[in-house]
Amino acid sequence: MRNPGGKLLLEVRGLTTSVSGVEILKGIDLAVREGEVHAIMGPNGSGKSTLAKALAGHPAYKVTGGEARLDGQDLFALAPEERARAGLFLGFQYPVEVPGVTNASFLRLAYNTVQGARGKDELDPLEFDDFVREKLKLLDINPAFLDRSVNDGFSGGEKKRNEILQMALLEPRLAVLDETDSGLDIDALRVVANGVNSLHAPDRAIVLVTHYQRLLNYITPDYVHVMAGGRIIKTGDKSLALELESRGYDWLLESGRAVAA
Amino acid sequence: MSNTALQNLIDQPYKHGFVTDIESETTPKGLSEETIRLISRKKNEPEWLLEFRLTAYRHWLTMAEPKWPNVTYPKIDFQDISYYSAPKPKKKLASMDDVDPELRRTFEKLGVPLHEQKVLAGVAVDVIFDSVSVTTTYKKKLAEVGVIFCSISEAVHDHPDLVRRYLGSVVPTSDNFYAALNSAVFTDGSFCYIPKGVHCPMELSTYFRINTQDSGQFERTLIVAEEGSHVSYLEGCTAPQFDTNQLHAAVVELVALDNAEIKYSTVQNWYAGDENGRGGIYNFVTKRGLCKGVASKISWTQVETGSAITWKYPSCVLLGDDSVGEFYSVALTNHMQQADTGTKMIHVGRNTRSRIISKGISAGKSNNSYRGLVKIGPKADRARNFSQCDSMLIGDACGAHTFPYIQVQNNGATVEHEASTSKIGEDQLFYFAQRGIGPEEAVSMIINGFVKEVFTQLPMEFAVEATKLLGLKLEGSVG
Repeated sequence: MRNPGGKLLLEVRGLTTSVSGVEILKGIDLAVREGEVHAIMGPNGSGKSTLAKALAGHPAYKVTGGEARLDGQDLFALAPEERARAGLFLGFQYPVEVPGVTNASFLRLAYNTVQGARGKDELDPLEFDDFVREKLKLLDINPAFLDRSVNDGFSGGEKKRNEILQMALLEPRLAVLDETDSGLDIDALRVVANGVNSLHAPDRAIVLVTHYQRLLNYITPDYVHVMAGGRIIKTGDKSLALELESRGYDWLLESGRAVAA
Repeated sequence: MSNTALQNLIDQPYKHGFVTDIESETTPKGLSEETIRLISRKKNEPEWLLEFRLTAYRHWLTMAEPKWPNVTYPKIDFQDISYYSAPKPKKKLASMDDVDPELRRTFEKLGVPLHEQKVLAGVAVDVIFDSVSVTTTYKKKLAEVGVIFCSISEAVHDHPDLVRRYLGSVVPTSDNFYAALNSAVFTDGSFCYIPKGVHCPMELSTYFRINTQDSGQFERTLIVAEEGSHVSYLEGCTAPQFDTNQLHAAVVELVALDNAEIKYSTVQNWYAGDENGRGGIYNFVTKRGLCKGVASKISWTQVETGSAITWKYPSCVLLGDDSVGEFYSVALTNHMQQADTGTKMIHVGRNTRSRIISKGISAGKSNNSYRGLVKIGPKADRARNFSQCDSMLIGDACGAHTFPYIQVQNNGATVEHEASTSKIGEDQLFYFAQRGIGPEEAVSMIINGFVKEVFTQLPMEFAVEATKLLGLKLEGSVG
């Protein structure tokens, strides 16, 4: 739901970011309020993933200018783990494999760390097991999943479900999902979408970074932003996504160039 | 997290780098037949042992230092080493109270409790300080079930037949350069004998510590498990910090008779040298077990975290039909450390089985090599081996190498080898960070996951210590 009078959750202003000395983001402005769902679309290389990683604090993505606030707090003054504890969640496009570390222990440590940062009680392994099994049911995930190593040998779909499971456990203020829909078959896509929808709440917000419109058949965005060349060149509503689906990006890029010229 | 932060995390200082101020009696540097006669005389040894030493020495003179390991170091001057160093006893030690208080404090710092706590923990400790066994605890309790656990010097006098029968029976005096050297000059070590059918009632534990600068440590361990017996033996090692290198060339021999089982666990934390590679122990050790009897079993578990150079291949000769050999290893190298370690599984008997699980962790500018031989002899029908060698790299200035040698002379054998290499890098740490987990906890969790398969093989008490040790070396805050 669009929430113009709602509390500002994420505020990005004039953000520039470079990777290996090459400037990728050339000035991003974005405001996300509580309860809103934003979709960021755009062609390959437009800077969508860079925006997600810069916000989360990946060390290879150097913020060279601008600012970002989460709940009014300066994000760039925080270490990546502190941003996570402050309620920023990044769903990875390519979740990392960690052989030898079981999903159960990884999820519990993550959960307890974030709970601890919120001044809430941590769960012991037995309590956590009950808690996580409930979440598994919601996401239609086999409990055997808990005993496997983190993402190790997982199929693409399993990895993405694991991301959504982590999001469901950590209950972030703001979830940025970086191409969570890529590489999913239709069933997995539905599960992921259900997971996202079930997390959607009036006091949280979701930013979907996506290449295709099809995820938006299941999750209705309040805003659709189109990125190109490291900038947001157009913002609209769900109908913009449909228009992109039928017309592609070229017409926008051309009109963008026309404006720039 | 940047690589610099990662590096800071793994650069924890050595905590056992203190020197104990105890008056010691050290022979002048140098090695000759005269030195060997002197050692033998000091230890009041029988003629046969002097002959054993001299034979080894004469053979050693004809041998060359091995050049095949994947390690480099300046040439060792064997005439510049003192071959015997003993703490000067104030008087003959009759009980624990007689142990030099300074020495006892040392062991307290090391966390080797020599007192009653250990009884509760069920551990008997034989302590080797430089070259002489200082005291052996709980000998009495062990004696009740017929287990002999004493220093090898004592064993030479009190159980000469056993020592004479088995000493050098697994690692002959001429076996290799360092084994020959050890056979010539070994000063002390542990002896353990488990009689027929006895399940040793407690874990046996030896702590080694090299205290004197420029002294070599050449200990000799011999464990014999008679038919149907069972023993678990723990060995821990530390050394103070010196700028010069110290040589440690030990020999460990294990003999398991029919249906006997020996479990030998090591946590090695010798001083590794500083971050520029100055000082540290050269750990050139020969460890071998002989599964002599049918259905006997020898299991090596090692956690190697120290030494400037580690050259060590705890091996099993599977002579008895249906015998089993196991090797579980975690080798961690940091800074300029070099490790060339692994195992040999020699299958001779029928239905023999062996299992190798090796986990190498390399950080800093270190070099970590796994070298292993699986040999299936012509008579080893239906022999089976499974090997798994995993390497983990931390940072991008270190090296990991795997040298598996497989020789099969029997068509009915099954040999499996698996290997993997992984890296703790920026992306893994970022993934943890994005879930709220800071870099120290992330590294510790990844490493603990990586070594889990080996650590579950360690006796409980040792597993806790080993986990702490890896934490110390890699993680920082945990003490």
